Parts: sequence; C-alpha cells; structure tokens
Amino acid sequence: MSVARFWRETPRRYNLGGCRCPTCETVYFPPRGVCPVCAKHRQSIGRMEPYQLSGEGEVVTFTIVHDAAEGFEMQVPYALAIVRTVEGPQLTGSVVDIDPSEVSIGLRVRATFRKLREEGAAGVIHYGYKFAPMDERHRPPKRPGRSERVPSAAGAPVAATSGP
Amino acid sequence: MKQDTGIVSYGAYVPRYRITPTEIGRVWGTDGAAMGAGLAVKRKSVPAPDEDTITISTEALRTALIRGAIDPQEIGAIYVGSESHPYAVKPTATVVAQAVGATPNLTAADFEFACKAGTAAIQTCLGLVGAEMVRYGVAIGSDTSQGAPGDALEYSASAGGAAFVIGRERVIATVRHTVSYTTDTPDFWRREGQHYPSHGGRFTGEPAYFRHVTECAHRMMEQAGTTPKSYAHVVFHQPNGKFPQRVGKQLGFTDAQMRYGLVTPYIGNTYSGAALIGLANVLDVAKPGDQVLVVGYGSGAGSDAFDLLVTDEIARYDRTYGTPVQEFLDGGVEIPYAVYAKFRGKIRMGGS
Repeated sequence: MSVARFWRETPRRYNLGGCRCPTCETVYFPPRGVCPVCAKHRQSIGRMEPYQLSGEGEVVTFTIVHDAAEGFEMQVPYALAIVRTVEGPQLTGSVVDIDPSEVSIGLRVRATFRKLREEGAAGVIHYGYKFAPMDERHRPPKRPGRSERVPSAAGAPVAATSGP
Repeated sequence: MKQDTGIVSYGAYVPRYRITPTEIGRVWGTDGAAMGAGLAVKRKSVPAPDEDTITISTEALRTALIRGAIDPQEIGAIYVGSESHPYAVKPTATVVAQAVGATPNLTAADFEFACKAGTAAIQTCLGLVGAEMVRYGVAIGSDTSQGAPGDALEYSASAGGAAFVIGRERVIATVRHTVSYTTDTPDFWRREGQHYPSHGGRFTGEPAYFRHVTECAHRMMEQAGTTPKSYAHVVFHQPNGKFPQRVGKQLGFTDAQMRYGLVTPYIGNTYSGAALIGLANVLDVAKPGDQVLVVGYGSGAGSDAFDLLVTDEIARYDRTYGTPVQEFLDGGVEIPYAVYAKFRGKIRMGGS
C-alpha cells in the first residue's frame, strides 16, 4: 500500500473515526457521504456528521488464519473477526492478547492500537486498530455532569454525553 | 519550582508475553536460574510481533487520558523517551499524538537518554506547564529493548512503558523538587546501525549506576530538606532487581519503602519505562500525604530525581479504569525461547 493511501486512511485506522446521519442517527464506519437508509436520504448529502466510535463491540463471527498473507507470517495462527461495535457498524480486525482457540462468537472486545504491517525493513510502518478481550475495567467511566470532550478507548475525543 | 505543578494522570502498559531466565539459559547452555537469581529477575516481558514503542506508548497514554478525563485537544506537548524508537528518523511522538487525538495543535518530539529519557521528558513538561506555555504536557517512557543473544542483557531487557500527564489542575501528585546529576560515563551504548547495545560489564555498576543514583538522591534530599524516613515510597531505576535494592539499602531505605516501586523482578528491565512503571505502581496504592522519591538513571550517564507529594485529589481520581500495574506483574503468558526468538526478529527469514 502506498504511503499516501494509508496516510489518507489514518483517522479511520488510528481512531475509528466514522460518521452519523443527522436525521436517522445511523452510524457508519468507514464514513460515507450519504445515508442510504434514510427515507429522506437526499437530505443527508453533505450533512453527515463526524462520529467517533468507542472501540467497544462483540465478535459476530471469526476465523483462525494459519496461512497468512505476506507480512503477517510472524503472527500465525491468529484470529480474524467481524466485530459489531456498540454503535452499530461491523468491522473486521484481528483479535489479539488471547489464544486464538479461546476466541468465540459473542466475545466482548475493545479496540487496541497495534502495528498492522511494515513495508519491508526500510519502508514505512502501518499502525491501526485491532481488538483485544474487554473486561469491565476497560469500560470508560460515566461522569455525570461532564459535558466537555473526553478521550475514548479508540483515541480521539468523543462527546461525553453522546453515544450509547 | 511552582508548587502546584505535578502529575494529573498516569497509565502503564506491559505486553502480555513472558520468558524466564531459566528458559533463556537452557538455550545458551548456562545456568539461567542462577543468572536470574543473581539479577533478581524472575521473568521478563516480551512484546508481541505487532507491538513496539509506539503501540506501548499509545496504550499507556490512552489509559491515562481516560482515567483523568482529559480532553486530548488540551495537550500542548507530547514527548516520548525511548532507546527503541521504531524509526531512526520519524518521530514516535507524532504517531502517538495522532492515535490519541491530540493533533495538530501541539508540539511533539522524541527523547533518547538510555533508560532515563522518560524522566527527562517529565522535567521538560514540568518546565512547559510551570511556565504556562501548555495546559497539559505528556511524558512517556517506553521501550522494547533487546540484548544480544546469549549476552547478560538478554536475561533482563524487556518491554513496557508508562505515560504521565503533567499539569496544574486536579494534580494527584505534586512535584515539589527535581534535580539531575549528569556526567560523560560510557557504561552502555549502541552505535548507529547496530542492532544490539554494548556495555562495559562491571563498569555499569559503581562508576555509573551507583554513583549517579546515589549522588542524585543525596542532592534531592538535601534540596528538599528530607531524609529517607520522610518517604512512604521510593522508586529507583531498575536495570535488574539487584541494583535498586542495593542502592536503596546504601541510602538508608527499607524494603517496605521500595516494595511497590520495584517491578523489574517480575517484568524485567523496561529501560525508559522501568522507573516510570514503578512510579505508576506506587500511585496505584498511594494515599494522600504520601511523599515519594523517584530517582531515574540513564547510561551515558545521568540521573533525574523527583520529590513528589501525593495530594487529596488522588482520592477523587479514577484508579479503577484499565489494568493495574500489579496485574501486569502477576499476569502474562510464558513462552519458550523459540517463540521469543521469532517474536523479537532474531530468526533470519528467507528474503530478508
């Protein structure tokens, strides 16, 4: 992948930056320019709002990769899962910090920040989200009365009063 | 220095995998158990193939920001201290800043001073915050260091890091004093392009670690008007488990004072992260009114010392979010040397 192409995707890969329809409040990841589910979807054109995913979710389905693509040989076997985030969007990512045999459908996970691949020994290093098992201690505390932006587990600020 | 400046929040991260000195010695035909006992290192942490100083720093800082409910856009400076930055040229700090949502209105840079780059970053942040140039400054000490296969360093060099948010509001531990002690002492180095560091063997002891830590601690207590009895906790840089315990005894500290600050026996030497993870472990249990002495050390050589006072704010601070340091010390998954060699890139691969 070219440096420029990956760099353009940094907000998504580093921080799970999605978008939300201002009318029906459906959340999308990656972000898109129009809401396809709205009855008045034309009204969403140009009005989709940036929306930060929390990084929390659960495994919908997964596979164990034994024959890895180039650049991932050192990590086999590893679990590759489709994760349904609490905000709705489903995304694909590795599940780390767990024996692959212990990954199961319904496993609660949180986004973690890992190295995705390297462009050889001299090239750029790509970073982004993967998923790790989540316990209650990694659920950001609710702070009633605080309305300013606070960080999310996925990195970038999220409105403390918004989101599920 | 300004009496209201100090630590607002903190977070630590240690990778999941562990290897024992016995297992390392088994491969090299040496008595690994005796080596571990001599170094007072039971296990050391090993980063997964997809972890490095950038990912460790990011995890530690994300924990700190959530615990302290800190808006990353209020961070004015991020400095990452490490001797294992993934790039020789391209900052670790910019990736970390982007990954926590702190960009673009901040300054960021990488520090290197062997094992004390993280404490040097704290001093820099204290200056910026104290001068009211930034609201929050972030100092991170993080490493994924390596010793050459079979070298004594291989029994202790490990991976981990801790992040500290420095500010003047909601301070959980005030930094009352800081001093440094620096000389040109070539006890440990790594030349440009070299994969593994070199060291002066026994020369790393008396003229290097012990002289600098002792002198710096004495200067710190002299300036603060304290004695060893003044402190509830003390944290020394810990290249192994033995050096900090010996220097602590020499300075007049008890095992009880060193208990929480000593983490290397359980996770190995995390280099720039070592003293800072020890401090994070202390803050995990500290009570209001506790005085804490921290003395870092970096080869080359220098020591930075801090006299901290834990404030009443720590009772309101959320220490429940994230993994407590004690769990990193107790937990982990042990791996054999072959897996360790694969994870750490010690195996020559086809096409490489």
